[in-house]
Amino acid sequence: MKPILKVENLSKDFVKPLDLVAKALNKLGQNYREEIVHAVDDVSFSIFKGEIVGVVGESGCGKSTLGRMIAGILPPTSGHLKFELDESKTSKIPPALLTQMIFQDPFSSLNPRKRVIDIITEAPIYHKLIDQAEKQTYAEDMLQRVGLDPDTLQRYPHQFSGGQRQRVGIARALAVSPDFLVCDESIAALDVSIQAQIINLFVDLKDKFDLTYLFISHDIGVVEHIADRVIVMYLGRIVETAPIQDFLKNPNHPYTNALLAGVPRLEIGKRKYEPIKGEIPSPLDPPPGCHFHPRCRFAEERCRVEKPILIEIAPAHFSACHLNDRA
Amino acid sequence: MSKALDPILKISNLQTHFFTKAGVLKAVDGVSFEIGAGEIVGLVGESGSGKSITGFSIIGLVDAPGKIVGGDISFKGQNLNQLSNEQMQHYRGNRIAMIFQDPMMTLNPVLRIETQMIEAIQAHDDSIAHEDARIRARDALGLVGISSADERLRAYPHQFSGGMRQRVSIAIAMLNRPDLIIADEPTTALDVTIQGQVISEMQKLCQETKTALLWITHDLAVVSGIADRICVMYAGRVVEQGSIESTILNPMHPYTRGLMGSVPSQNQRGKPLQQIDGMVPSMLNLPNGCAFQNRCRRVNDTCLTKQPDIMHLADGRQVRCINLPEEYKV
Repeated sequence: MKPILKVENLSKDFVKPLDLVAKALNKLGQNYREEIVHAVDDVSFSIFKGEIVGVVGESGCGKSTLGRMIAGILPPTSGHLKFELDESKTSKIPPALLTQMIFQDPFSSLNPRKRVIDIITEAPIYHKLIDQAEKQTYAEDMLQRVGLDPDTLQRYPHQFSGGQRQRVGIARALAVSPDFLVCDESIAALDVSIQAQIINLFVDLKDKFDLTYLFISHDIGVVEHIADRVIVMYLGRIVETAPIQDFLKNPNHPYTNALLAGVPRLEIGKRKYEPIKGEIPSPLDPPPGCHFHPRCRFAEERCRVEKPILIEIAPAHFSACHLNDRA
Repeated sequence: MSKALDPILKISNLQTHFFTKAGVLKAVDGVSFEIGAGEIVGLVGESGSGKSITGFSIIGLVDAPGKIVGGDISFKGQNLNQLSNEQMQHYRGNRIAMIFQDPMMTLNPVLRIETQMIEAIQAHDDSIAHEDARIRARDALGLVGISSADERLRAYPHQFSGGMRQRVSIAIAMLNRPDLIIADEPTTALDVTIQGQVISEMQKLCQETKTALLWITHDLAVVSGIADRICVMYAGRVVEQGSIESTILNPMHPYTRGLMGSVPSQNQRGKPLQQIDGMVPSMLNLPNGCAFQNRCRRVNDTCLTKQPDIMHLADGRQVRCINLPEEYKV
């Protein structure tokens, strides 16, 4: 199989520049440094055509930053993104359009002063994929694809419920016929019964339009359900990536195990949570060596000093943990 | 099972309505349930189902244009609904405590944790000396798993992480050893590993102190692991309540079934999720008859006209549906 996207050593740093006072004090011999957050730290992976790749991790792990770089919203600090797109398509559609993003909050991601018809057709008209005359039928078609009534074309976003607005967001992304969708917590703001509708819609659309997804979510239950492969991130680094069956059956990294153990399951009987200790460290000052060592039960001396690298421990199953070397 | 215990809180036919310009919004409309000492009850529903307003009604925090227009809230035999605001102060934060979703909103950002905790103690008992109150606050922080509590007392809320802040609000809620804690989505804003920590902390505390807990959430999975009983709300009414075992293993109301079915782990991978079609009706314009009619697969003509009454099932469950399979009717 051919990868549709290759990510190579991708990093993103956010730098807080020194303010005037700190600069002045530095001139006087003080030593103020710029604060740097390594939001995404040397990340490499590939995504194959037709795959749904789930990215999980807790807040501050860099999963959204990763998604934004792939969608082309944020420029990477270093590293490369290589898209291998269909040439028959790239000749008609600008390559940047072929990766679209669906956002978390359906309230702030739609322009409240535009009608749905304009929200959906703005990009295809601007990029000359359709002309003005086709606008109405094109938008109707898009709305039908996402399960909305075409009669609602002239409405404004506030006239829709949260779930319907998320559908409008999806229709807008589909309007430029993308190959690749980045879904950043796209269902997190929705009610449980609506979540199921949108997840089903994502899967339907994937089959119908040959899409590939990067599905970013903190909700492991949802990722377990739809993803073919899972990437686990912690403080900017990938700690484990595996095909879903392997991920569920043989999670390797202690952090993955902790995450899976913490997921509430629909089971009866008093559940005993045995959470891992401690907090997620500040990304401004991550622990040296393995980022997870202060919370890890198995941490040893080596974990405190040496950064673990991703090693293939089973076919297509990579994990970054020193414990794997012990065997 | 809960009937054997003397209920600490007994709500009957609670009605909290909001009188808005657009009309009367019946946020809570005829809700009844009870909680025994040391019992954990999960109140589950989607946004707008009235679950939070039920919590606010119990603790007396419903503001205009909202008003409790009917029903009883009986707390250890005292009807809270008839109390004046001053009388209510004796209960609020003292016998009944509340934990909110966002700890940054409940803690005062310009006061030290210490000040806020001592204030909460002295507000209900002014005979306690400052120094004693401080010791009690310190011990409370220790109980919720905050290390070096003595120093942390001097900190401001912004110096804590989200999970730690939620622990502080739990500690504040526990300060006066209440009989009942209402927790409104206490772990929704937290990360998975931190959520596990907070849940296990709450479980331990309630067990040790025999505090009753009303856990309000949209997340069935969280509730199924900690609660003794569960109440499912839809459009201002409890549509199903019963023990956690019977309700989770064999949900009766079509809405509960749909809700359980839409949880991904209940579904086979690769198959479409079972979904509830449609959406929650506008609370200002509820249909006649059952509020779930437009999304229900079992709907018939009676559902469209007649508001379903509560059916009592043999296993102690209560379900608001007229279309239950024959063998379950008592």
